[in-house]
Amino acid sequence: MPDKKLFGITALFDSPDSILNAAKKIKEAGYKNYDINTPYPIHGMDDIISAKPSKLSYITLFIGFSVAAFILSFMWWTLAINYPLVIGGKPYFPLPAFVPITFEFTVLLGVLSTVFGMIAIAFNLPYNSHPLLDTEYMRNVTSDKYGAIIEAEDPQFDEKKVKDYLMSLGGNSIESIYQPEEIKFKVFEPKFLIFLTIVAVLSAATTYISIDKLMYITPFDFMLNQKKGSAQAESSFFTDKYEMRQPPVGTVARGFLLYEFIRVADTNQFYGNPLLPTKKVLVLGQSKFLTFCSPCHGDYADDNSRLMAQFPPGPTLHSARVISFTDGKIYNIITNGQNVMPSYDSQITREERWSIINYIRVLQRAQNPKPSDFTTIKEFKKESGNVQN
Amino acid sequence: MIVAKDYSIELDVIEGNPTLKALDDVIIKPIDERPSKKFNIVLSITVTLLLILAVCVGFTFYFGIGLWGNNQPVAWAFDITNFVFWVGIGHAGTLISAILYLLRQQWRNGIARFAEAMTIFAVICAGMFPIIHMGRPWLAGYLIPYPNSHLIWPNFISPLVWDVFAVSTYLTVSLVFWYVGLIPDFATLRDRSTNKIKKTIYSIFSLGWRSSNRHWKHYEKVYMILAGLATPLVLSVHTVVSWDFAAAVIPGWHSTIFPPYFVAGAIFSGFAMVSTVLIFVRTVFNMEHIITIDHIEKMNKIILLTGSMVGYAYVIEWFMSWYSGTPFELFTAMNRAFGPYAWAYWIMVSCNVFSPQLFWFKKIRRSIPITLLIVILVNVGMWFERFVIIVSSLNRDFLPSSWHYYKPTIFDFGILLGSFGLFFTLILLFAKTLPVVSLAEIKSVVKGAQPDHRGGNHNA
Repeated sequence: MPDKKLFGITALFDSPDSILNAAKKIKEAGYKNYDINTPYPIHGMDDIISAKPSKLSYITLFIGFSVAAFILSFMWWTLAINYPLVIGGKPYFPLPAFVPITFEFTVLLGVLSTVFGMIAIAFNLPYNSHPLLDTEYMRNVTSDKYGAIIEAEDPQFDEKKVKDYLMSLGGNSIESIYQPEEIKFKVFEPKFLIFLTIVAVLSAATTYISIDKLMYITPFDFMLNQKKGSAQAESSFFTDKYEMRQPPVGTVARGFLLYEFIRVADTNQFYGNPLLPTKKVLVLGQSKFLTFCSPCHGDYADDNSRLMAQFPPGPTLHSARVISFTDGKIYNIITNGQNVMPSYDSQITREERWSIINYIRVLQRAQNPKPSDFTTIKEFKKESGNVQN
Repeated sequence: MIVAKDYSIELDVIEGNPTLKALDDVIIKPIDERPSKKFNIVLSITVTLLLILAVCVGFTFYFGIGLWGNNQPVAWAFDITNFVFWVGIGHAGTLISAILYLLRQQWRNGIARFAEAMTIFAVICAGMFPIIHMGRPWLAGYLIPYPNSHLIWPNFISPLVWDVFAVSTYLTVSLVFWYVGLIPDFATLRDRSTNKIKKTIYSIFSLGWRSSNRHWKHYEKVYMILAGLATPLVLSVHTVVSWDFAAAVIPGWHSTIFPPYFVAGAIFSGFAMVSTVLIFVRTVFNMEHIITIDHIEKMNKIILLTGSMVGYAYVIEWFMSWYSGTPFELFTAMNRAFGPYAWAYWIMVSCNVFSPQLFWFKKIRRSIPITLLIVILVNVGMWFERFVIIVSSLNRDFLPSSWHYYKPTIFDFGILLGSFGLFFTLILLFAKTLPVVSLAEIKSVVKGAQPDHRGGNHNA
């Protein structure tokens, strides 16, 4: 086999003592790339091969501490920050009650990281194409023989010399191990592409069927088939045949008090604005005005809106007529709607409506300021140190 | 007559002096052979039980847990009894594989693999019960802390949530521990098998293990770390399970003795189950020289010790209910022993406290039939212990008008029976497909397997 690259020379030994002895001799002879394979760990072998103890325990220590800190702060974040809950009268950060989960999680991740570190980092496994696998040598050393291998990469390696040397140590069944031929797979192999397609189609179909079909088949449709009356259905129980029940006469459900002035044209006399134009009210009014009113009336209530020419424009709110409206009248218009404008009863709360009105008043005053306003602004700027103009 | 004995001499772990090859052959024989008729008969029985489980659980899911006997005030009954029972069974496995490993008890090598497998299967059986007890098992996902659209998190202060973490950690760690032990054995199986499909499967699981001594060094270290982590874990798991009860304010549950009491009980019942199964395994697979009578005797000594601890806990419960000065505690204690469930209490006491005391006699410790009888009694007794703790504490609560005598229905019994079916089916499949004794570990304790530095030749 001239083409094949030599991986190493192996020898088998019959007893734990002879392999221990052989390992000692191989090391003394100055070989670096050698290995001892035994069906179980042999006492004393670690000291011969390398004096350094395994460093895997540092992984356990590091991951263990990190995970403990993580899970503890995670529990604190969920129960105290993200969704604060008082449970059983305990504080938001009841350390003793967090200990069990911290401990369990630390052990879990400690174990998983250690084992992962061992297999992937220390062993460099999985490695099923290793040259030693599937050899007579390997069949013996995983069963009942003790084996030694000197690899071809070793600087002192010389095929003949190594063979003689292993023989002289008492090794039998000397075997040369060759590198296996490398097998390469192409990505665009038709078979592989067909396989990929089948996987894609199957997983898509399974997902579709399980989410769109299976969930509507008995017994998973239990949510759809409930024994209850639905609002518009005919009742077989009540004499008036309504499923939806009316409240008793003369009562009003909480939060369902009706607006008294539906379809009343002029409510000037009924309402004054309950909110003062404080900064907080104006900020709320501004945000709601920009959300609900500005699309038609314009950002400055001046009829210059984003929907201009697409929709009947809202009138300007700076006309003398609108300025003369009382707060109650505007409130009524927002609540009931007027002409093309619909009712905003369900979208804007009462407080927000009064805030919007305050904000409209500010906009109107800004368009038609009184002389005293300028002095007020100047004084204000002086006070705040801004005297540029 | 007093015979002087030198206890400094360790007994041989394996009887006779088999060669390593012979050990391989004996242990791997059940895997290579076609299943025998006996195996098929036993498997068909356990699979039938498993089917009973499937049917009962199916009915439970379809109609709801109203099919069971549970009702207020006995809201926890067979389901939680079975949960605690099975979690307890699992504890012996980790004790054998981790604690005895740390204590350098070499006799554990013969039985560790099997006990670890039992741990995993028992925890699988246990984990099933809280989930089916929910009635809507798909809602179990809410116990996992993930950012969901409801913006809610599990209540990390609740012992029931601790339980989720403890049991799932326990299952994962046991699985990993078991698999790490199996890697060298998979390599041995891989190199023995000639069947191509088998070889592929073993190759995948062996990860290309080469028995290199550079690897063994890390391997032994990691095994030590795992044992060190699993030891507090195993004690914590049943402690957390006991908090499910102890953190409640029910008289008969609200007790500080519960954690140690539960752990001792878990080891007690676990060893009884290990003994029960191993007595059959060693006979069926001709492994009397690997799982020897000495092993059985040592396990019997542990059963005697933990059984006495459990008995001590029963006495302390009585003392505490009197010493607490609470009339409710005292009533619950009296109700346990002389109330409607007195029959269960006395079955528990006679099986758990009295029967293991026979193990003081060496002849009984070393007698297989009597050991088998006692360990089965212990299993029964430990199941009844959990039943007594749960049902007799709940059936007469603070309000006499709601007192209720709990009666299980046929579905309760079906699920209990079926969980045994699940457990033994898994055990049988394991015994048929994987080496029931760790090859690498058992080889390392054969006489002459370690160098004696005199140039001895073991296989000669």
